[in-house]
Amino acid sequence: MPVFEYAPAPESRDLANLKPSYRPFIDGEFVDGGGEPLKTVNPATEEVLAEVSTASAADIDTAVKAARKAFEKTWGPMPGSERAKYLFRIARLIQERSRELAVLETLDNGKPIKESRDSDLPLVAAHFFYHAGWADKLDYAGYGPDPKPLGVAGQIIPWNFPLLMLAWKIAPALATGNTVVLKPAETTPLTALVFGEICQQAGLPPGVVNILPGAGDVGARLVGHPGIDKIAFTGSTEVGKLIQRQVAGTPKRLTLELGGKAANVVFDDAPLDQAVEGIVNGIFFNQGHVCCAGSRLLAQESVAEELLDKLRHRISTLRLGDPLDKNTDVGAINSAEQLTRIRELADSGEAEGAQRWTSPCPVPDRGFFFAPTVFSGVHQSMRIAREEIFGPVLSVLTFRTPDEAVAKANNTPYGLSAGIWSEKGSRILWTANRLRAGVVWANTFNRFDPAAPFGGYQESGFGREGGRTGLEGYLSV
Amino acid sequence: MSNQPERITVAKTYKLFIGGKFPRSESGRVYPVTDRKGNFLANAAHASRKDVRDAVVAARKAFPGWSGATAYNRGQVLYRVAEVLEGRRDQFVAEVGAAEGLSGRRAETVVDAAIDRWVWYAGWTDKVASVLGAANPVAGPYFSFTVPEPTGVVGILAPQKSSLLGLVSVLAPALATGCTAVVVSSAERPLPAITLSEVLATSDLPGGVANILTGRAAELGPWLASHGDVNALDPTGAEDRAELAREAAGTVKRVLAVPAEEPDWTQRPDIARLRRYLEAKTVWHPMGV
Repeated sequence: MPVFEYAPAPESRDLANLKPSYRPFIDGEFVDGGGEPLKTVNPATEEVLAEVSTASAADIDTAVKAARKAFEKTWGPMPGSERAKYLFRIARLIQERSRELAVLETLDNGKPIKESRDSDLPLVAAHFFYHAGWADKLDYAGYGPDPKPLGVAGQIIPWNFPLLMLAWKIAPALATGNTVVLKPAETTPLTALVFGEICQQAGLPPGVVNILPGAGDVGARLVGHPGIDKIAFTGSTEVGKLIQRQVAGTPKRLTLELGGKAANVVFDDAPLDQAVEGIVNGIFFNQGHVCCAGSRLLAQESVAEELLDKLRHRISTLRLGDPLDKNTDVGAINSAEQLTRIRELADSGEAEGAQRWTSPCPVPDRGFFFAPTVFSGVHQSMRIAREEIFGPVLSVLTFRTPDEAVAKANNTPYGLSAGIWSEKGSRILWTANRLRAGVVWANTFNRFDPAAPFGGYQESGFGREGGRTGLEGYLSV
Repeated sequence: MSNQPERITVAKTYKLFIGGKFPRSESGRVYPVTDRKGNFLANAAHASRKDVRDAVVAARKAFPGWSGATAYNRGQVLYRVAEVLEGRRDQFVAEVGAAEGLSGRRAETVVDAAIDRWVWYAGWTDKVASVLGAANPVAGPYFSFTVPEPTGVVGILAPQKSSLLGLVSVLAPALATGCTAVVVSSAERPLPAITLSEVLATSDLPGGVANILTGRAAELGPWLASHGDVNALDPTGAEDRAELAREAAGTVKRVLAVPAEEPDWTQRPDIARLRRYLEAKTVWHPMGV
């Protein structure tokens, strides 16, 4: 049979309306930040995309004051039905500009356009739509009549889903009547700043949303700022612990969405071809830069070899390269720093005796790329089985009995997500019941929806995002 | 006849409650407990760090069984505790009266409220899931549902003033959710807690589900807060809550937000304490033929 090559199908980068410089969004205006400017880089080409002015301590003060004033004067007292209309407007504006935002996201983050276009942006809009509807129905949320907002929320988000994490944070905060000061990640600030434009276009009152680009020091100042009532953080467990320590003993409320080391459990009666698709989606979606990535494959011994063969074959067909190419499955690693970390952890896997297999796909000679990699013969004590790699690296372990699968799956300080593959309903429910994880996907993986609460057990953090449960983190209840 | 000696009462030695048993403190230490007027009542066991660790081990061991029991069964067991409490009502009235310096009537009111509080929480076991859970209307062909699950082992520093009603108000919600607990009782007023231990031991509660230590929150709190196998911390009876919260961050523990002053336990609670001990688990499954 002839092998057909894919012709390149690049999306136009002009759609991103990329500007040479971007500025913080404070009190309804884009202003020059007093911090050290940073350059944001396209991880697929290593070219500088834009210069971004960052926030100084004084800018943080100004933003927090603006948010406080907006909370007291406009947004807080506003009837929920009016707040709802602003959120609906924002949701519509996002849909209207989704192509621009998807391309910009891909340029800044390195994720395939296929994913930013078909997964991130629709979900971003959906989060604003979903929460818009809650704004005037909070009496029915189950927290008693007329639950109150907390005040000013300081929100810190990671680089793996820059705009989606913004939506997860801002939509529920605004729906419940809070105002926000949000810090996007150092390496991916662009779409968050364009979101500032969307707030202007929606006519959102000044100060309700403030966006402060910067590095970890801006985040730390925000966490320590006395004018903040609530901190919402998504990022590493390490930083989450620091924040929890910093907030301890203050009246600030805290929710944490931290790391994970999800087990994807494949039983011998699983539909193997479907499972292979789910495993691939679970670990290679967004280059594995997903806190809930299925990075530990637990295969029942009797099907492990067959599963691994199918898996390697399927992974070999994944196309790695230009994230703007619509045929690309695996894009660029977000930063040189992250690439170094992935390499180091992968090397530790080899050093500790696991068998490494790397997809034979061609790898571009520029940009930050890491070919999909699978380790077999992995033991629970190895670093690649215990530490979050946050990259396209899968560790395969085996088990014999369902009890052993559950024990191995739960043998981690994390507890964000898990996967189960089996044709047997009772076995799925039995396993789902025992897995200590906030999200369990059975015969599917990496599904997200604003109506379905998401969040972790144990060191994957506390609090939920989405659903009725997610409102709790922004209400004084 | 008149020079017949008065009967000497049988004085009781008070001990800890760990894993359904009543051991002495590993440390061998005791401390004197007095009534509000300073009269000696008894020596109570002075729990140590090792006792805390033993209690956590017992609580962890009991967790799969207790959390895995049906909600209906947990409700039955907790209601049984209320029945046994009621049977010991007079003893509690005397002990609470002595511990808190309350008159007979006031002590009766407090004990009645504690029993009623226990019954209230017992009735929640099979209702939290339907009140806090959900079927999620997701935008795709998936069946997605969210169920609340117990977070695990809870460390509780019980209120210092309210020796029984306060204790019941912090322990019962943890047990109702399916969590297991290690409780440090009020340091100055521990005797009702020990009698509650006897109630728990003689009702149907499996050993290790509730473990009650008499001792000092200031001494034992940090071990509970930093323990890697404790999932949540209720610092109500602690003084230095900020430091405990910092310790708890080491394992991303859930720390209950509690007011600086001990609350008025006679007020009817809402379900906030139940909610804090629950994790929401969202399960997804494809729908189709």
